[in-house]
Amino acid sequence: MAGVPKLDVLICGGASCISNHSHDIKDKIHEELKKKGIEDDVRVIETGCMGPCELGPVMLVYPDKVFYQRLKPEDIGNIVENHFIKGRPVAEKVLVSETTRAIIEKEQEDADFFKKQTKIVLSNCGRIDPENIEEYITENGYAAIGQILTSSNPDDVVETIKKSGLRGRGGGGFPTGRKWEFVKNAENDQKYVVCNADEGDPGAFMDRSVLEGDPHCIIEGMSIAAYAVGANKGYVYIRAEYPLAITRLEHALEQAREYGFLGENIFETGFSFDIEIRIGAGAFVCGEETALISSIEGGRGNPRPRPPFPAISGLWGKPTLLNNVETYANIRHIILNGWEWFSSIGTETSKGTKVFALSGKIKNTGLIEVPMGTTLRELIFDIGGGVPDGKKFKAVQLGGPSGGCVPEEYLDTPIDYETLIELGAMMGSGGVIVMDEDTCMVNTARFFLDFTKSESCGKCVPCRVGLVKLYDMLDKIVKGNGELEDLEKLESLCHSVKKTSLCGLGQTAPNPVLSTLKYFKDEYVEHIQDHKCRAKVCADLVTYTIIPEACRSCGICAKNCPVDCITGSKGVPYVINQDVCISCGTCYDVCPFDSIIKE
Amino acid sequence: MHIHIPDNPQYRELKEYIEKEKGKKGPLIKVLHKAQDIFGYLPKEVQYFVARELNVNLSDVYGVVTFYNFFSTTPKGKNEINVCLGTACYVRGADKVLSMLEEELSIVNGETTEDNLFTLNTARCFGACGLAPAVMINEEVYGHVDRKKIKTMLAEYKSKEE
Repeated sequence: MAGVPKLDVLICGGASCISNHSHDIKDKIHEELKKKGIEDDVRVIETGCMGPCELGPVMLVYPDKVFYQRLKPEDIGNIVENHFIKGRPVAEKVLVSETTRAIIEKEQEDADFFKKQTKIVLSNCGRIDPENIEEYITENGYAAIGQILTSSNPDDVVETIKKSGLRGRGGGGFPTGRKWEFVKNAENDQKYVVCNADEGDPGAFMDRSVLEGDPHCIIEGMSIAAYAVGANKGYVYIRAEYPLAITRLEHALEQAREYGFLGENIFETGFSFDIEIRIGAGAFVCGEETALISSIEGGRGNPRPRPPFPAISGLWGKPTLLNNVETYANIRHIILNGWEWFSSIGTETSKGTKVFALSGKIKNTGLIEVPMGTTLRELIFDIGGGVPDGKKFKAVQLGGPSGGCVPEEYLDTPIDYETLIELGAMMGSGGVIVMDEDTCMVNTARFFLDFTKSESCGKCVPCRVGLVKLYDMLDKIVKGNGELEDLEKLESLCHSVKKTSLCGLGQTAPNPVLSTLKYFKDEYVEHIQDHKCRAKVCADLVTYTIIPEACRSCGICAKNCPVDCITGSKGVPYVINQDVCISCGTCYDVCPFDSIIKE
Repeated sequence: MHIHIPDNPQYRELKEYIEKEKGKKGPLIKVLHKAQDIFGYLPKEVQYFVARELNVNLSDVYGVVTFYNFFSTTPKGKNEINVCLGTACYVRGADKVLSMLEEELSIVNGETTEDNLFTLNTARCFGACGLAPAVMINEEVYGHVDRKKIKTMLAEYKSKEE
C-alpha cells in the first residue's frame, strides 16, 4: 500500500544522545533516504531517552526491533543500504548481549540491560515522539482522564490511588493517596496542583528523561489529580538547567490545549484545568516543598516550618497538592490498569516500580526502571554491568546529598523505602552512583558537605553553621591534620544538625557523613593515624615519584607541571621536587610511559 | 534613591515583557530570567528598573537575585563554561577537569578571561551523568572530558572568533 511506511526508525533524542550528536545521525538518515528515494518507506521519529546512555547515540528500528548503538554519521549509508533496503541489519553496530555474545535481532528485551526491567513510568520513553500528541493518544494517552471524568467521582479516584499503595517518588515516600485526600478534604474555593520537577540531586536524571520523553503523561497525571482534589490550576516547577525538557513540556501543553485536554469545560464535563510552567533559578533547596512554593510565588526559596502543610496552606495560602514528576507519571497507569494490578508489583510496603539513574563507576550508565524489591546487586551488576576496567566495587551512593553510601555486604538487600533507610541511605529521587576502589569515602563525605553547605538557604542556624563546621572537620581530616577525637565530635554534631534543622535539607545533609563513618570508619582512621588515603585521592596524602629506570626523559611531565617542580634533561631521568609539588597528578596523567608512581 | 535608566531597545523590550506579566501572580523570577536574557547579567540599574516597574521593593529584588545561583550581578564572557560538579562527575574526576580548565585559561573558577571570551563556572549536575565528567559550554554539553578534549573544545570556540 502506497504511503504507509515499512519501517519506523526511532532515534533517541534524550539529552545524552543529543550531546553525542544524535541530530547529525537523524540528518544523515534523511539525506540517505532521499538519495535512495525511499523517504516514504521509512518513518524517522525522534524519541525521548531510551535508557542506555553509555551506548549513545542509539537507534531502534521497527518492526525488526534492531537496536543500533554508538552510531556515527559514516555508518548510516551502510545501514540504509543493507538494512533498510536489503533487510540485513548491520551486525557490527547492533547491540550485542554481554552474556550470550549473540546478536540481538528479535527482541531488544533480550539484552542484559533491558531484560530485568519493568517499564511503567518509562513505558513511552524512547518509544514515541514526545512532540506529537497523537503518538501519545495511540498509546492510550488521555484515556485515563477521559475515563474518570465521565464515570468516576473524585472520591473514587482518591480511593483508587490510596489502595494502589503508590508512595511519593520524590524521596520521602509519603502515601500519595493520603496526600490527595488531605487536599480534597481541605475546604477552599481555590486549590492548586503542583509538580515538583526541580530535580536537584546530583546524579539524578529520571525526571528530566520523563519530561523530555513523555511530557503528556505528566499533564494527564496532574489533570487526574486536579479532578480528584478539586483544583483548576496547576504549576510545573522545573529547573532552568533542563532547557530541552522545558521546550518539550511547553509544546505538549500547547497541543493538549489545542486538543481540548486542558482548558475550560474539558470533555464537556464542566471540569476546567490548565497548567503553567515556572522555571527555577538554580537553588537546590527549592526541591523542598515549602521552599518550592515560595519560589513559585516569585520570592527567595526559603523553607518555612510545617505545619501548616501545603495540603492545608500552600501556594498563596491555598490548599496545594505537591507531587513529583515520577509520581504523576504513574497515575494514568493505575487508573487504566486498576489498583490491584499496581499493588501486585513491588514489596509489602513499597508498590510499583522505581526509575533509577545509573552513573559513576558503572559500565552501563543510563536510565532504568525496576520493580520495588529488586536488589542493589541486580541493579548494579546484572543491569548495570558492574564496575568497568577490572576495578573493585566499593560502595553505592543512593539518595543524593540526603542519602548515604552502602557497602558490598548489603548489596543483596531488596530495595524499598524502608530497607534503604535502615541502611543509612534513602530512596531519594533515584540517583544511583557507583564508587570503586579509586573513590575515597572521606573525600566523598566532604564533597557532599561542600554541596549542602553552599546550598543551605541560611535561614536556620543548625544548617547554616553546622554544615560549615562539619565541612571544616572533614577538610581537616582529608588534609591529614585530623585527630581521632574529631570522629566523635563529627558524629555528635551530625546528630545535632539532623535533629534541629528546619527543613529536609539540614535534616538529611549529615547522612553522607554518618553512613561513611558507619561503614568506612577504617578509612577515616587511616587518614588520621597513618596519613594515608588508600584510594590515593586526597592530594595532601599522596606523593608522586618518577621511577628513574622507567623514565625515557621525554620531558612531557615537566612541560605540563603547573608549578614547574620537575627537572631533568635529555638522557637524564626527570625528578620531582617534593617540597614544591602540589600533588595535582598532572604528570601522572600525561606520562606516556607510565613511569610515575602514586603512593 | 534615583537611578537613571536610559531609554534604549533593551529596556523597552524588558518593559514590554513586564507589562505582559505584571497582572499574573508572582512574576518576579520570570521577569528576572527575561532581564538576564536581554542584558546578560543583572546590574544595579536593571534590578532597580524591575523593582520600579513591578512595584516591589528593591531589597526584595536584590534578595531574589542573590539567592539563586542562576542570576549573576557581574558581566559574563562571551562563552560560559560550566564544569559539572555533580556526584557522578565527581566520582569520575570532575575536580581535575576544573583544574585543567583553570590552568588552560589562566583564570580561577568564577572569573572571566582577559579577552572576555570565556567565563569559568561550576554547576551542580545538569543531568548528563551518563557522560561524566561533563562540561557545558553555553548550551552544548561535552561528555567524557579529558585533557585532550579540553584543548580541542577551547580551540573550537577560539577559532570561531578568528
